[in-house]
Amino acid sequence: MEVLTILIPVSLFLGLVGLAAFLWTLRKGMYDDPDGDSQRILNAQYDDAPKPVKRGDS
Amino acid sequence: MSTVTYRPSACPACDAAPAAEALAGRAALPNARLLLSVPEVHCAGCIATIERDLSRMEGVNSARLNLTLKRLSVDAAAAVGVQDVIARLDRLGYDAHELDAGTLSMTETDKQGRELLMRLGVAGFAMMNIMLLSVAVWSGAEGATRDMFHLISALIAIPTVAFSGQPFFRGAMKGLRAGRMDMDAPISFAIILTLIISIYETLQSGEHAYFEAVVMLIFFLLAGRYLDFRARAVARSAAQELAALEVPRAIRLADGVESTVSVAELAVGDLVLVRPGGRVPVDGVVTAGKSEIDRSLLTGETLPVYAAEGSALSAGEVNLTGPLTVRVTAAGKDSSLHRMADLVANAESARTRYTTLAERAARAYAPTIPLLSIGAFIVWMYISGGDLRLAVNIAAATLIITCPCALGLAVPAVVTAASGKLFRKGLLIKDGSALERLAEVDTVVFDKTGTLTMGTPVPVNLDDHTETQMRVALALAAASSHPLAQALAQALHDRGVSPVPLDAVQEVPGYGIEGDWNGARVRLGRAAWVGATPREMTAAYLGIGTACDAFTFTDALRPGAEDVVKGLQAQGKAVLLVSGDVPGAVRDLAQRLGIADWHAEALPQDKADRVAALQDAGHKVLMVGDGLNDTVALSAAHVSISPASALDAARAASDMVLLGRDIAPIADAIRIAGQSTRRIRENFVQSGLYNIIFVPIALLGFATPLWAAAVMSISSITVTLNALRLK
Repeated sequence: MEVLTILIPVSLFLGLVGLAAFLWTLRKGMYDDPDGDSQRILNAQYDDAPKPVKRGDS
Repeated sequence: MSTVTYRPSACPACDAAPAAEALAGRAALPNARLLLSVPEVHCAGCIATIERDLSRMEGVNSARLNLTLKRLSVDAAAAVGVQDVIARLDRLGYDAHELDAGTLSMTETDKQGRELLMRLGVAGFAMMNIMLLSVAVWSGAEGATRDMFHLISALIAIPTVAFSGQPFFRGAMKGLRAGRMDMDAPISFAIILTLIISIYETLQSGEHAYFEAVVMLIFFLLAGRYLDFRARAVARSAAQELAALEVPRAIRLADGVESTVSVAELAVGDLVLVRPGGRVPVDGVVTAGKSEIDRSLLTGETLPVYAAEGSALSAGEVNLTGPLTVRVTAAGKDSSLHRMADLVANAESARTRYTTLAERAARAYAPTIPLLSIGAFIVWMYISGGDLRLAVNIAAATLIITCPCALGLAVPAVVTAASGKLFRKGLLIKDGSALERLAEVDTVVFDKTGTLTMGTPVPVNLDDHTETQMRVALALAAASSHPLAQALAQALHDRGVSPVPLDAVQEVPGYGIEGDWNGARVRLGRAAWVGATPREMTAAYLGIGTACDAFTFTDALRPGAEDVVKGLQAQGKAVLLVSGDVPGAVRDLAQRLGIADWHAEALPQDKADRVAALQDAGHKVLMVGDGLNDTVALSAAHVSISPASALDAARAASDMVLLGRDIAPIADAIRIAGQSTRRIRENFVQSGLYNIIFVPIALLGFATPLWAAAVMSISSITVTLNALRLK
């Protein structure tokens, strides 16, 4: 049962990582346009190179 | 749609100000963010076309289309006007309305939604982690191990409840302070009590702790609340955005100097200039100028009315051809616009507040939760001869099982599914209870001009004219901005007619256009001025020398008008047409659409009275209208819909807004509304069924935390799945 002393902190830590990732996606506005995002994947515009980052874009 | 948009960043004086100069060092021109509603976008192709085309447009830095909200955001130099973007989109084949970027950028509602989502996320992750530990307990962890697992669960659950449970605690406090019992109070009661009992059990190394059930309850309830919130927020912001179109401004003439002032500053006796194409801002009398006035939004008349010195004008009418100087006779509260607003307010207060199914269910169900568990506590105290711990445990189990997890999802899940479906069809729900009210409708009353018709004229008898007549007419019509002339020019142009060369073309405001053609005087305009005998229908008269001819017009049918009437009649709804227009025009349309029950020349109060009379006779009326003359009827009806092209007042008075050009979705909307109300009832029955089965088990003391968790998740999932069955 000693293994629990490692496993429980590990599982809690992983849970927190997941939560942090969720909050990050939320802050970045990744849930703002679910319909559009699912359609944008069909768009071939940025297939070869990613969209260039513009100055002043936030 | 307003043709004049006021943007502070476009003001040249601001650029010259010293503060702006400091900014100009960094960017040559301040960029503006334009927001537009584009109701017809639906696929990847739309996104690519619009974004690519707009980013090639001069001055545009970037354009991004949000497909979920059907909203386009354009980052552009200040010189780019909204009208340019709208015109460009129009060429691509998309309708667009301007939105007010200021109120929409990062509003209070956005923050609220994000906050709710964050609480939901925290509850979700806490729930999963506690569940991991609970599964170990359920599968047989004992003694010190179980106690430690419970302790860790408590350490996760306590901060989670403190953070994620806040919306319920706040709602409960508010409700209790106002002296009413809604769902929040029993929910908060259950959450806090179960948490305390579980902590106590943990410290006593007891067998049962309900941490996972508490957090799960919060999670499902928050999910319901978030769905509910989102459906309402989308509708609210879109309603705001449509309302942000028109700035109530007027051009005041004082000693021959023009100044733009807010309508509120105008006083009786002021002189106001109304340019062609502009809306009359106040009630008044014309003191100079001749023109024609479009009253369709006020009265439903399609035919423009002649106005000259001495004519009385009402606020809301549109000036068509020549500039008019108007002396204000009534401003602010006394104007006819305001009198209309008063009528609307009266009609609204007369409409009894609708109690939704959810409210009725909550009212009936809320008190039973604490009552049942208190009852269980007392009975078990008696049976066990004062075993406090056993009685408290059973009370907690009862509390957590009766808690209306599925009930909290039952309505929002269905409403979200239904409003999403309607939104994709181009209908926006402004009021949450509108869907339920729409389901009860048995009578539909339509307005004519602007609702079943587009409110734009289309020439009908082009084939009756000779090539020469058409060529002359095109040359004259192209020189005017009058709606009949423009419609005629467009139609002739589309036929491939080429205009004849004319000399000395001039527009005579209020009468028409004239010019010289090979030495002969040619005129296009009003019958008397041209010298023709007037006909009964809308027409523009053409005079070449002394020979006269008439181009007749009909109002273009709104796309889907025939389908919507047929669809409604097929569903067994009574369809009425009530218009302020002349009997001839109304009869034509009624016959064309197969509406037997029509009424013409109805004043705003007549329309409202007719709606009220129908409702008194026990009918549930859906009113569909767009004009100022419809607003009273719109707010008096059981439920109301207006197209996006309607006046602010009409949109504000209605429960739903039709975003697209097509009116056909209305018939579908009634069907979907009926279906969703059925789903809501099914959901209530379903979650009630779970209670009927499991509450006795809890009361008898057989319920374990495993039971509670299983019942809660199964009932929530079935309720959600049922909502998704909506077709």
